[in-house]
Amino acid sequence: MATTSELMDNLAEDPRRRAPLVLGGARFGDVTSSVCGVTEMPKTPRAWWIAFLVSVGMLGVLGAMLVYLISTGVGVWGNNIPVAWGFPIVNFVFWVGIGHAGTLISAVLFLFRQKWRTSINRSAEAMTIFAVACAGLFPAVHIGRVWFAYWLFPLPNQMAMWPNFRSPLLWDVFAVSTYALVSTMFWYMGMIPDLATLRDRAKSRARQIAYGIFAMGWRGSNRHWLRFERAYLLLAALATPLVLSVHSVVSFDFAVSILPGWHTTIFPPYFVAGAIFSGFGMVLTLLLPCRKFFRLEHLVTPRHIENMCKILLATGSMVGYSYVMEFFIAWYGGNAYELFTFKNRALGPYWWAYFIMFSCNVFVPQIFWSQRVRSSALVVWIASLFVNLGMWFERFVIVVTSLSRDFLPSSWGYFSPTWVDILTLAGSFGLFFTLFLLFLRFLPVVAMAEVKSVMPQALHAAEKEGHRPFGDYWPDVPHDEREGGGPSPQEA
Amino acid sequence: MGGQRRLWGLYVRLDEVPELIDAAEVVRDAGYTRWDCHTPFPVHGLNEAMGLRLTRLPLVVFAAGAVGAIAGLAMQWWMNAVDYPLIISGKPFFSLPANIPIVFEMTILFAAITAFVGMLAFNGLPRHHHPLFAVDEFRAATDDKFFIVIEADDPRFDENAARQLLGRFGEVREVWE
Repeated sequence: MATTSELMDNLAEDPRRRAPLVLGGARFGDVTSSVCGVTEMPKTPRAWWIAFLVSVGMLGVLGAMLVYLISTGVGVWGNNIPVAWGFPIVNFVFWVGIGHAGTLISAVLFLFRQKWRTSINRSAEAMTIFAVACAGLFPAVHIGRVWFAYWLFPLPNQMAMWPNFRSPLLWDVFAVSTYALVSTMFWYMGMIPDLATLRDRAKSRARQIAYGIFAMGWRGSNRHWLRFERAYLLLAALATPLVLSVHSVVSFDFAVSILPGWHTTIFPPYFVAGAIFSGFGMVLTLLLPCRKFFRLEHLVTPRHIENMCKILLATGSMVGYSYVMEFFIAWYGGNAYELFTFKNRALGPYWWAYFIMFSCNVFVPQIFWSQRVRSSALVVWIASLFVNLGMWFERFVIVVTSLSRDFLPSSWGYFSPTWVDILTLAGSFGLFFTLFLLFLRFLPVVAMAEVKSVMPQALHAAEKEGHRPFGDYWPDVPHDEREGGGPSPQEA
Repeated sequence: MGGQRRLWGLYVRLDEVPELIDAAEVVRDAGYTRWDCHTPFPVHGLNEAMGLRLTRLPLVVFAAGAVGAIAGLAMQWWMNAVDYPLIISGKPFFSLPANIPIVFEMTILFAAITAFVGMLAFNGLPRHHHPLFAVDEFRAATDDKFFIVIEADDPRFDENAARQLLGRFGEVREVWE
């Protein structure tokens, strides 16, 4: 029998077997009760209420700022020529980037058969959708006259004109709205079996009806599972190129222009790496307190955190490489304007923003080379806050420094945000956290069905016939260490 | 009481995955067609044990993706080159490279909606009423228990034979219409 410390620690590297994904010797029913328990608490925890009230307060600030903006005009923001993009576009790119980690975890890691994703994919996908909601807000209000927002879409309008499909800004409209819709469907479809679990456990009539409607009458039929799994695989295969395209298209907004500092071919991969980096930062920021508070440590295990830290290290280093390579190309390319822009970025009036960006995104993740750091939840959480900060400043540096000093010194300017800019940004966090807290309280935070399917008890059958349609998909936990024990099929 | 209602089917409850697979193979080999296993998670190897064929869903999704690509291209061509030719920096009205991002997004959009809606449609969902929901014990099918159900509609259904078959795996119970 394994000791308690072995049951709660899956960090040991033993090449002969895969680390368990669910700890504490849990059985199927334990997964159900610990995940459902989060939404079934008879009394809403006080900490949740405090967090919720703060978030809703910030959401109220967002509402007030939007009313003020729309009733007065975009002059309430700091944006002006030459920096016409300012905070709204910085915030848009920031929030879209946050969303990318959710899709990466749910779709890309699914295709790569990284089964550790199962206990974090649901909350990461929720984060994606809420982040995209925050992102979508900013371009919508940035157009100035929001009542004409439908001009962005190919809809008949009073001018009898169609949008210009050769503009990257319109590609953005299609990419982000497709992304929002596909992510929502992927999230909701994966949740249907778990909503059925909540329906079947519901005690009150209201919960039975509410979960019942959204569970769509799911009854765990294997004929349904067959099509469900196929549809899930298809959605994952569609979401994978989609997520890569979304931030590439966002980067086209910059790269297709002729502005020094924007007009570069490194932007699409650099933006995608940055998006994944910032998204994993946000996943850790959200998940570490949640797992502690709702006692989900046996599902979101130290290994999950360790893996995410390694991804932060990898993507943070990719972002660092991009920063350096941009400088190299600015020098090597021999374009005087390009070289000036990059010198100005690092040493000009916005040197402080560049400094925050570089230190948070490149230096901070380097601490994850150390296993001791990776296994300290508090240090990881603090580092994740720096990652969020650094990635916001990356977008600030890209948007503002290039615009503020372009080809013509007579049109140079210095951008300063107004109080409306700052409160709108803070308010968007209110929107994000309000949605996330509602998700925590009312929806299954961990994909129960998926977690159960990677538990050792679920795997006997496959092993029994030596049937491995997906190759080495099932973990190689020695047979005698599993529930039930007994001789392995080779010996029998 | 049960006599006035029509029998919808018989079920047996199983606790472990290996028992489920064994039982499913037996029911499959007995030649039943209108029967099903209900599980809290997708059990790998069960499709083979039940003798299920693959679904046509991927073909439908592929077709929808192709329609999306053509629709995306046709939309851009008609709107920017035919209905209202828009002069932008002397660029051609219709040029493939500039249209690819939206063609791509439309392909994904159409295919993804079809995968989601198609899965539900092929499964006959949403369906909020089902005879199995009347069985209290069946609630465990979304928690930690496994069920094998043979419907009375099955052409080979004979109550005694089905009872005997399922009785090998556990206590057989009835589902009423």
